[in-house]
Amino acid sequence: MQVIAPSEKLVAPSHTGAQIGRDVAGVLLIIAAGLAGYWLFPDNLALLTRVIAVALMVLSLDLIVGYCGIATLGHAALFGAGAYAAGIACVNGVTEPLTLIVIGAVGGAAAGLVMGTIMLRAHGLPQLVLSIAIVQLFHEAANKASAYTGGSDGLSGLMPSPLFGVFEFDLWGQTAYLFGLILLVFVFIVLKFVVSSPFGMLCRGIKEDQVRIRAMGAFVFPVLLKMFVISGAVAGMGGALAAISTQVVGLDSVSFELSANALVMLVLGGLGTLYGALVGTVIFMGFEHVVSSINPFHWMTMVGALLIAVVLAAPKGLSGLTDRLFASGRAKGGR
Amino acid sequence: MQTILSIGLDAFAYGMALFIICIGLSLTMGLMRVVNLAHGAFAMIAGYIASYAARDLGMGYAIAIALAILGTIVISIPLERLLFRRIYGSPELTQVLMTIGITFCVIGITNYFFGPTLKTIPLPEALAQPVDVGFRTISAHRLFVIACGVVVATGLWFLIEKTAFGIKLRATVDNAAMADALGVRTQVVYAVSFAIAIGLAALGGVVGAEFLPIEPYYALRYMVTFLVVVSVGGAGSIPGAVVACIVLGAIDTTGRYLMPEFGNFFFYAAVIGIVCVFPRGFFGRAQ
Repeated sequence: MQVIAPSEKLVAPSHTGAQIGRDVAGVLLIIAAGLAGYWLFPDNLALLTRVIAVALMVLSLDLIVGYCGIATLGHAALFGAGAYAAGIACVNGVTEPLTLIVIGAVGGAAAGLVMGTIMLRAHGLPQLVLSIAIVQLFHEAANKASAYTGGSDGLSGLMPSPLFGVFEFDLWGQTAYLFGLILLVFVFIVLKFVVSSPFGMLCRGIKEDQVRIRAMGAFVFPVLLKMFVISGAVAGMGGALAAISTQVVGLDSVSFELSANALVMLVLGGLGTLYGALVGTVIFMGFEHVVSSINPFHWMTMVGALLIAVVLAAPKGLSGLTDRLFASGRAKGGR
Repeated sequence: MQTILSIGLDAFAYGMALFIICIGLSLTMGLMRVVNLAHGAFAMIAGYIASYAARDLGMGYAIAIALAILGTIVISIPLERLLFRRIYGSPELTQVLMTIGITFCVIGITNYFFGPTLKTIPLPEALAQPVDVGFRTISAHRLFVIACGVVVATGLWFLIEKTAFGIKLRATVDNAAMADALGVRTQVVYAVSFAIAIGLAALGGVVGAEFLPIEPYYALRYMVTFLVVVSVGGAGSIPGAVVACIVLGAIDTTGRYLMPEFGNFFFYAAVIGIVCVFPRGFFGRAQ
């Protein structure tokens, strides 16, 4: 169930027919891969739903790291904010799933606003440290406010009502999975529009050369903050989906480890392409599921070796690698 | 007053243990511009070596420390040659990923060989006894850590400010290309200071094991703490690292003594505050 699709180049995407055709093909591929997962692994739907939730988070991380060039190791703060917002709302009587997703998005966006406001004050290493400090602070806060969040026991007892009053969240997770898949495809399409909009281009410009963009007369801070809020909303939806499908929110959803893993998935798949985020998440979590059930320490060694290999051999991630293969294949074919 | 002095002494000892580990990282980041998240991994390797030498082979504490430092430097040489050298001058994200990768590998491999248990380093008689310092008793080991910290700080200050090597090192920090053109062998300077940094990490990992226990996820658990301390102090600055370690050590220890249920809350809140006010750290240079 790989989602390998021709990814766009880093240069400005022009709205040609070929571009739109490729995007449509890409979305169809995602849907096909998702449905294939549904038919092929009916016993592992809970895991697959988790993959979709994390994929949403990695997509949102891509908006910040890949499109704005801001390195962050604290993205789980946004994911966790969404998860806890949805979880607390659900425990307190709001059980309609779509509303919960919206609440998660709002929670994530609010956390994104806070995080962006703080992080964008610094640059480089201090910025990275701020992102870590923020996620640790969220973690401690969630741990401390156990009256609302359940503390280290986790927030349990979430009982989402049936989707549209018809489809119940069953034990096998079929509803949750299909719901998550539809959500993912919807978010993916919206994000495709966002990153190819003038706003998305401005973000890429800031990533390439902030000084020049400033000299052109654009305000950098509000643009980046807006991207942080959008990213927070997407990550929050992922968190809410995780909360609805597992019916529990744990402290690990605001952990430094989750943030670091998300970054690893993104880099594995490839920065700055939305497909890369999906590919990286699927491959990483698939391997994790298989290897860590054998021995968690083998898993760490493997991830470490994989990271070193990606940095040395394929700095643009797997999607960059396939791009290069495609390009060289075409060059050979042309001769 | 009694409480303040008492907490102050513990905080100072903790700060010094942090300092010995972090000053090496600060050197790497200030000098070589490498965000080395694997620094804690080297401290962990040293802790495992010292534990193995002292507990399983029954060697003395001093010999265990010496072995740990030497062993860690020997392990770090091929890593520097093969991996670190490729990421000098790369963007931060690349460096972060590469060094996280190294950390994961170190954790996985050490646990494969030594098993996933907490490692203790038995202290010699002289350091295990409590010592009366007037207003309270404190374990001799804490005084030893404080002494180590002071020696390391003075030694480094002397090395960097007063020796010919220090002049070359400062020249390389300020402008590597120009120093190279003037005949400073910057590659040698890099190699020596990397070895010093790793050696200090090893020393700190062993003597600080009472504060930061050597366990399977050591490298990952304290990676953030070390990075935070260096960035608060300002990369490459010895006084900055001293101040950062004492301030953060004091905040952390005080928080744990007086309000243990808040955990690391105050530590990270303070970090956010400090980084917002001093974006380059206490004594950081403009980059």
